[in-house]
Amino acid sequence: MEKFEPKILAFLCNWCAYAAADLAGVSRFQYPSNVKPLRVMCSARVDPLYIIKALKAGWDGILVSG
Amino acid sequence: MESIEGEPGDFKVTLTSYPRYIDPIKCTGCGECAKRCPVTAINMYNLGLDDRKATYIEYPQAVPLAFAIDIDTCIGCGLCEMMCLAKAINYEDNEKKSTICVGAVILSPGSEGFDPSGMDVLGYGKFANVVTSEEFERILSASGPYRGHLMRTLDREAPKKIAWIQCVGSRDVNLCGNGYCSSVCCMYAVKEAMIAKEHSHDDLDCAIFNMDIRSFGKDYEKYYNRAKDEHGVRFIKSRVHTINEDSTTGDLVIRYTDESGQTNEETFSMVVLSVGLQIPESVTALARRLDIELNNYNFAVTDPFAPVNSSRPGIFVSGVFQGPKDIPGSVTEASAAACAAGTKLAEARGTDTKTIEIPAEIDVLETETRIGVFVCNCGINIAGVVDVPAVADYAATLPYVVFVDQNLFTCSQDTQDKMKEVIKENNLNRVVVASCTPRTHEPLFQETLQACGLNKYLFEMANIRDQDSWVHANDPEAATEKAKDLVRMAVARAGLLKPLKEKKISINRRALVIGGGVAGMNAALGLADQGFDVVIVEKEAQLGGLSRDLTVTIEGADIQRYLLELVDRVTGHEKIQVLTESLIVGFSGFKGNFTTEIMVGPGMYERKIDHGVVILATGANEYKPEEYLYGQDYRVVTQIELGKRLEVKGADDISKVVMIQCVGSRNEKNQNCSRVCCQSAVKNALHIKEFNPDAEIYILYRDMRMYGLLEDYYTEARQQGIIFSRFSQDNPPNVEATDEGIAVTFKDHILQRDISITADLLALSAGMVAEDTEELASILKLPRNEEGYFIEAHVKLRPVDLANEGVFLCGTAHSPKLISEAISQALAAASRATIFLSQSEITLSAVTARVDPDLCAACLVCVRACPYEVPRINEEGVSEIDVALCHGCGICAAECPAKAIELDWYEDDQVMSKVEALLEGVL
Repeated sequence: MEKFEPKILAFLCNWCAYAAADLAGVSRFQYPSNVKPLRVMCSARVDPLYIIKALKAGWDGILVSG
Repeated sequence: MESIEGEPGDFKVTLTSYPRYIDPIKCTGCGECAKRCPVTAINMYNLGLDDRKATYIEYPQAVPLAFAIDIDTCIGCGLCEMMCLAKAINYEDNEKKSTICVGAVILSPGSEGFDPSGMDVLGYGKFANVVTSEEFERILSASGPYRGHLMRTLDREAPKKIAWIQCVGSRDVNLCGNGYCSSVCCMYAVKEAMIAKEHSHDDLDCAIFNMDIRSFGKDYEKYYNRAKDEHGVRFIKSRVHTINEDSTTGDLVIRYTDESGQTNEETFSMVVLSVGLQIPESVTALARRLDIELNNYNFAVTDPFAPVNSSRPGIFVSGVFQGPKDIPGSVTEASAAACAAGTKLAEARGTDTKTIEIPAEIDVLETETRIGVFVCNCGINIAGVVDVPAVADYAATLPYVVFVDQNLFTCSQDTQDKMKEVIKENNLNRVVVASCTPRTHEPLFQETLQACGLNKYLFEMANIRDQDSWVHANDPEAATEKAKDLVRMAVARAGLLKPLKEKKISINRRALVIGGGVAGMNAALGLADQGFDVVIVEKEAQLGGLSRDLTVTIEGADIQRYLLELVDRVTGHEKIQVLTESLIVGFSGFKGNFTTEIMVGPGMYERKIDHGVVILATGANEYKPEEYLYGQDYRVVTQIELGKRLEVKGADDISKVVMIQCVGSRNEKNQNCSRVCCQSAVKNALHIKEFNPDAEIYILYRDMRMYGLLEDYYTEARQQGIIFSRFSQDNPPNVEATDEGIAVTFKDHILQRDISITADLLALSAGMVAEDTEELASILKLPRNEEGYFIEAHVKLRPVDLANEGVFLCGTAHSPKLISEAISQALAAASRATIFLSQSEITLSAVTARVDPDLCAACLVCVRACPYEVPRINEEGVSEIDVALCHGCGICAAECPAKAIELDWYEDDQVMSKVEALLEGVL
């Protein structure tokens, strides 16, 4: 059986988590590519509807980081 | 710079410009000349580790991006002149003299790495695998000679074991005469070891041979601990005797003496010499020409209380030329020098400014969507991992995309100029750049759009470097796919973007300084001397803060006299108002327009102050020890208490003193080093010796962190017979009170046995503790670290700014530091604040929330949700959001049950378009 690779969408707050993701880059931390970043100005901008819609559309996991 | 003539405020500076042989204005930076040049020359930017052409650019990010000819190696063949379409080559170019008139001068000529060629025992220049730390930096760099692959110079083999030798060209009066500590080598060696481990494919063994590890900066100790405890970097306390090469393998045998005096040998595949910083001969010659006084190590002479003033009035210094220091210190000092110069030029402010003309905006709403995508190679930062041509080809297939291009460096000036032409030629009305992070580069590209008559909000970025190529370096295929995904997301959102209007607001040109210590007062003077009104809020009845308890600096400068003069200047300044015994109880507003509520004086009457910026200078205190009988025995004192005692009573009555370092620092409760305590101990020890040369003094330490020029005092202390003995954290000294004195038992690191001293006095080098600012931080909504120090916006690039706009930071509220460092930082904060205060108005971001009154049911959800208390129910009975106050977080938009609120630039469909576009690729 093929290994399950979840598709993860990450809502990242511009001021902290997105900056942290940049810092991970500058620090050359390596991580899997199946998490896709999406910048928002604040994690509070993430409407619960976004999460429901994304899960319904087929995403396996949602990360809200802020 | 040939000469500076004249007086402060009216200098005439004579400059000589050396010929480049390629006109930097005509040169487009295309690089055809270098491609055709037949001459190979040594690339000194990579420290001779690879080659370049005689026609060259120093490094890819150079500003301006213009080539030059190295005339010493050029054979004059004329090929470059033939190739250059811009006609920029000029073999007849010659030296030009020019004169400029200025009011003040800032000297930041920098330093050079020490050249260890003369130290034959280290084998540099003799054994290929012995490199300097500067060379190793280039080896690790993606744009370096080995493209970032960790290889040794002899055989391009991956090293298995690397050793760093510290203090090469520093703390060494025998071989090179540089008696000072270079301040930066410990940290860069730890960093190089950590990065080398990351770059290595095997389990790389890293060992750092050192005398002391000087991780004295903010949070540096935590980094050192991580290297040691989590990444297994070995730290060996030792003196290196010789390095020899095993001629069959190229490996290096280090012969060294450890702490106990035993000689050992260990073999490494590579050795890095951590070379110190020194002032180049060209800089000392410059200083001589300009009549700037230098000290015995050729650093500029400055006063502890005027740290950026050179010996010549009107000429200021910053960076390593002032004294050895790291990047945050240099950046801070540069701002400080700007402030010091600015106070002399206040009258001339704004008299010579030019305004950029922005063309009228093109209406794009009625026209068809035409998206241009620019994919960046970022040299090899992106292209080394991601298949950039494939991403560009893919972008061309996306809806509404009418133009795609790829660039070597999209951010370079010539690419920006090219982009402007392309945008106009192709009538692009939305632009996507796939490159680095919008957090640093969005404003630059938005300016380019504005120059083309496009609204700056018609722009979107795909971060294919920081969040793609850099983090998936080992999986080029996945990185390329992810780059396509990110570009598809960006294009989808770009198609839905609308032009937005930015609001301009006026600035209140008054500053509020919180804390009236040395830092706060200097920041206030830095602004007031430039003509801005300042209010200082101090919670105590007197100005001065911690410095009221200090006596002299290690250089011997009288702190109390300085403080008196400083307080006089502050209280007598017509632009400064001082509120003592005052407490901040409320804070509102936004950059340029803050209002602070203060309870003033013993009567606690309430005052409201309107101001445009805030400078935090809340300070720190000496730690009150719970260790070593402090508070239980009168013979146990802190260094500050000892300093005061020496001032009052001298030291005739004390003949034996023990000092213990790192009390309340570098432990589990407070991981960080308190930076100042080593020099406090040495300062007081030398002071005791002055009073009583026969006094026996023992300083028990873990690492002596006498950084920079302080090292001289450490040397002097040892010469005066002060005994330094190292103890380890897990075996601290044992202290007992007896009738004869305080009995201190410790294990001496050289004798490797317990020693007991009965001292008249035990001085504890108590660390620093941040002032309790928990309530203040919550009123002003400011971030603090675990230890209670405020967190700056960026450690290196914005060391005195907070992420909260209009708020700045200085002194020990930032981290422990010396008085001279606090003064520099205070001037730096004033300088950064001036950027706001010198403008009459600022432009606000258009990323704000907007209420549709027809949909609003006045349910109060937004009013309750907003962390900044911005929405209010207006006279019409609906929610209203002031764009000047709105931070653009969008919580109201997310919470609103009626979907009556939209966040401009992050509207629901604009965000969801990205979610949906992403899925197109993976489902």
